[in-house]
Amino acid sequence: MLRASLREVSAALKEGRVSPTELCRRCLSLIKSTKFLNAYITVAEEAALKQAEESEKRYSRGQPLGVLDGIPIAVKDNFNTAGIETTCASNMLKGYVSPYNATVVQKLMDQGAVLLGKTNLDEFAMGSGSTDGVFGPVRNPWSYSRQYKEKSVPKSDSEDEESNWVITGGSSGGSAAAVSSFTCFAALGSDTGGSTRNPAAHCGLVGLKPTYGLISRHGLIPLVNSMDVPGILTRCVDDAAVVLGSLAGHDLKDSTTIQDSFKPFELPNLTDISKLSIGIPKEYHAPGLSSEILAVWSKAADLFKSAGAKVIEVSLPHTRYSIVCYHVLCAAEVASNMARFDGLEYGHRSDMNKSTESMYAATRREGFNDVVRGRILSGNYFLLKQNYENYFIKAQKVRRLIANDFVKVFRSGVDILLTPTTLSDAVPYMEFIKEDNRTRSAQDDILTQAANMAGLPAINVPTALSERGLPVGLQFIGRSFQEKQLLTVARWFEKQVKFPMIQLEVVKRHDHDVVQHQKSASFS
Amino acid sequence: MAAAVARGCGGLWRRARQCGAGGPAPHGQRAVASSATGGAVSAGKSGLAPWVPVVGLEIHAQISSNSKLFSGSQVQFAAPPNSLVSFFDASLPGTLPVLNRRCVEAAVMTGLALNCSINKKSLFDRKHYFYADLPAGYQITQQRVPIAVNGSLSYSLCTGNKMSQMVTKTVRIKQIQLEQDSGKSLHDDTRSQTLVDLNRAGVGLMEVVMEPDMCCGEEAAAAVRELQLILQTLGSSQAVMADYEIQRQIEELENGGTILNETRAFDSKLGCTVPMRDKEGKQDYRFMPEPNLPPLIVYDAKSLPANMNHQQVVNIDWIHERLPDLPSVKREKLVEQYGILPEHSFTLLNEEGLTEFYENVVKQTQMKPKKVIGWILNDLLSYLKQHSLTVKESPVSSFLLADLLNLLEKKDISSTAAKQVLAELWKGEGKTPLEIVKEKKLELIQDQKELEQICQAVIDGQENEVMAIKAGNQKVLNKLIGLVQRETQGRSNPVLVKQLLEKKLSE
Repeated sequence: MLRASLREVSAALKEGRVSPTELCRRCLSLIKSTKFLNAYITVAEEAALKQAEESEKRYSRGQPLGVLDGIPIAVKDNFNTAGIETTCASNMLKGYVSPYNATVVQKLMDQGAVLLGKTNLDEFAMGSGSTDGVFGPVRNPWSYSRQYKEKSVPKSDSEDEESNWVITGGSSGGSAAAVSSFTCFAALGSDTGGSTRNPAAHCGLVGLKPTYGLISRHGLIPLVNSMDVPGILTRCVDDAAVVLGSLAGHDLKDSTTIQDSFKPFELPNLTDISKLSIGIPKEYHAPGLSSEILAVWSKAADLFKSAGAKVIEVSLPHTRYSIVCYHVLCAAEVASNMARFDGLEYGHRSDMNKSTESMYAATRREGFNDVVRGRILSGNYFLLKQNYENYFIKAQKVRRLIANDFVKVFRSGVDILLTPTTLSDAVPYMEFIKEDNRTRSAQDDILTQAANMAGLPAINVPTALSERGLPVGLQFIGRSFQEKQLLTVARWFEKQVKFPMIQLEVVKRHDHDVVQHQKSASFS
Repeated sequence: MAAAVARGCGGLWRRARQCGAGGPAPHGQRAVASSATGGAVSAGKSGLAPWVPVVGLEIHAQISSNSKLFSGSQVQFAAPPNSLVSFFDASLPGTLPVLNRRCVEAAVMTGLALNCSINKKSLFDRKHYFYADLPAGYQITQQRVPIAVNGSLSYSLCTGNKMSQMVTKTVRIKQIQLEQDSGKSLHDDTRSQTLVDLNRAGVGLMEVVMEPDMCCGEEAAAAVRELQLILQTLGSSQAVMADYEIQRQIEELENGGTILNETRAFDSKLGCTVPMRDKEGKQDYRFMPEPNLPPLIVYDAKSLPANMNHQQVVNIDWIHERLPDLPSVKREKLVEQYGILPEHSFTLLNEEGLTEFYENVVKQTQMKPKKVIGWILNDLLSYLKQHSLTVKESPVSSFLLADLLNLLEKKDISSTAAKQVLAELWKGEGKTPLEIVKEKKLELIQDQKELEQICQAVIDGQENEVMAIKAGNQKVLNKLIGLVQRETQGRSNPVLVKQLLEKKLSE
């Protein structure tokens, strides 16, 4: 049951094959037994059970609120949740309980979804490994899969297992691990430079970054306001479409959401793709791209070609400037967005009380990690009067060029772009931390961040397993607000590649235990 | 619509261009002093051209709207501390600004009234600095592309020896920008604490930036006063504190507070100019576009898309058509309609409610408007000023004053008596002018015989004066008239008395 898709479990709830509270209990129990993944920062057990009970009442009255009613979900810990701690995995917000729900959280609740808890991330979503938060790194469930163990870890050496676990990618690694380990059916991430798609690729999930402006950012603690988008992590494309349908639309509280009304859609069954034009941007054949991934990418292109689609190589010439451009814009907005954390209104406040200024300084030194402080420092440097033209303005111009690259390609008749999502499969944690956060982010965002620069919808679709038995995903980038087309193509592709399900011993054991427990309960 | 607060003002000095003056003006600041009249200051023996002060102003006008610029919090004066603070105002993480259309309309209206061109597309920026009453660590303002630019403001001031000549001047308006107000910090020195009240944080302001076209405190004060009048006319200024604040600043300017140079700042808290601290002087605000607000688009009739909901857009033409008469137009109309002097029209408009009061009196009395104005400006206004009262608070209503002026106009009482009645009316005891006249026996003596007898008695008692008059010195007649007035306790009609005396003297 836990391994079912969102749509499947929704059907089961409707037919009474499982009750919302039973489902919630099972998820909570699995969260406990997968605690070592460190996917959750906060588990809202009581609140979740209460929501599940409410849902159960609705089902028993025959009046569920919709597809999401009773579905256990998780939310990245940079979305505000009323009454549940919101930490951003930072000392700055440890213990901070927001008085309001982010619009996306509210929408999920309004449709009956059961919020299990808040998931782990890099501090303030700055990172690509989910390794740089104050609550410790997130472990990729695939590290404990039969697929990975068989290929990578010698069975005899148990010490190796401890040091061989791989990262989830990030920064929405907690959400990815939560969905991938079957503790919930969907999770919210955020995506500024690839933070939803990257962990989705490493955890074998569908990760959707919708068009900028389609989903409200109100209540999402910002990284880069002009690029942040709430992301959706699910186990299949259909599920992503369901969650998108429940979240999209204008929000009075976010002036950057589009006014046009959004109609939730069901994905049509694509049979004929001969009219489809798939663009393969040559610049995504980036330095550092593993041969394995390149092979998967080429195979995917061939798949489209052999099914009758037009597959053409295209050029996005400014892609190679996007890293440096992203870093300037990101740091500048970070410097600005983080200015509010001064210890006065909320969050951490240092005991230092010599003067207001010394209190600010100590608060921020104690509250932020090196990564955050480094970006604040460089961001403020870029925004200085004497640097503004040379850095910020230039970066904005480059951003426009990058966006225009996409416009041109789409105008030339290309419907969807197909690219790799990551340069390689997930690396072991011990390997990953050899490089600093900045280097890692620069490498890992390289294939995903251009979509954020241009505000375009993009999705990771799990495609194959690597030689080490780890997931490899490919990215589809669509036209602005053409989520339906993007998801339709993604779903067609998903069907063709038949990505294998993760084989997690702990989940099997767990499912078994639950059944055992129920049996014994019924006997007593 | 707006309460004007001239919170910041800057002044600078510019060396006067003089033919033949040798050498280029030195860079940097030069310590100079000047009288507040703005006259050129002698450069002494240096041989350089004299310095002339130039004054530019930045006026922060609080937009009076029910809610703040970017949040739904109420705007209210004197509410309990921190009772009008939304999540956005406290800058809770994840909150976003939502622009208040009312504030945009106010700024457009002001821009039009100040002859600005309205930018159909304007942008918002973040201005960063750390301060306890600025919770976000930045203020949202319009630094790059403000809502209105390139306007002008005409104002008049009295000049000449007797300050009797009105001169009209113009100051260019550089721009009007929308921005957030900050909160309020209260420093408790005894406990070395700072208390922060965020009620004001996020209230909408219009910053009106004037070019340094003024040359003295009087000019600056007159310009600010005219701006204040315009803002009040466009909407309403209810904030009493703000009026107080502007009054204080005008006095400051008139007292020579504009003797600033580039290194000095006007400290509104100290109410005087202080040298800028190094830190402030070097402050880099690290401006950045506000990413959470799309460009602010306003329309005119031409550009307004047909399918747009008219309730949700700001239409420049619509606002233009509904602009009320501005003070300058109102003044012209007053001069034309009532035949009063231009300076009278200034005084009428400068006091809130005084024009209405005057017009009400005019409507209710047979006295000519030209004559009424004297009573309004000399008697009513000076009494109010003496007692620090507003026109609204006047104990004598326009109705009572009109009543009194009617008695005077019908020659029931003399103007001396009328002043006595007015003095009684100020007491506000609820008596009508007629009642007071009766009570005090102030009505003119209508009985001609009685008056003739009094005149005769005066003539009989003043032999010398009579001689002088008969010798041709007509001026002395006035003394006799005065004596009759004294005898009748002001109850005689001086014109009639004069006739009677002349008649008797020529007999």
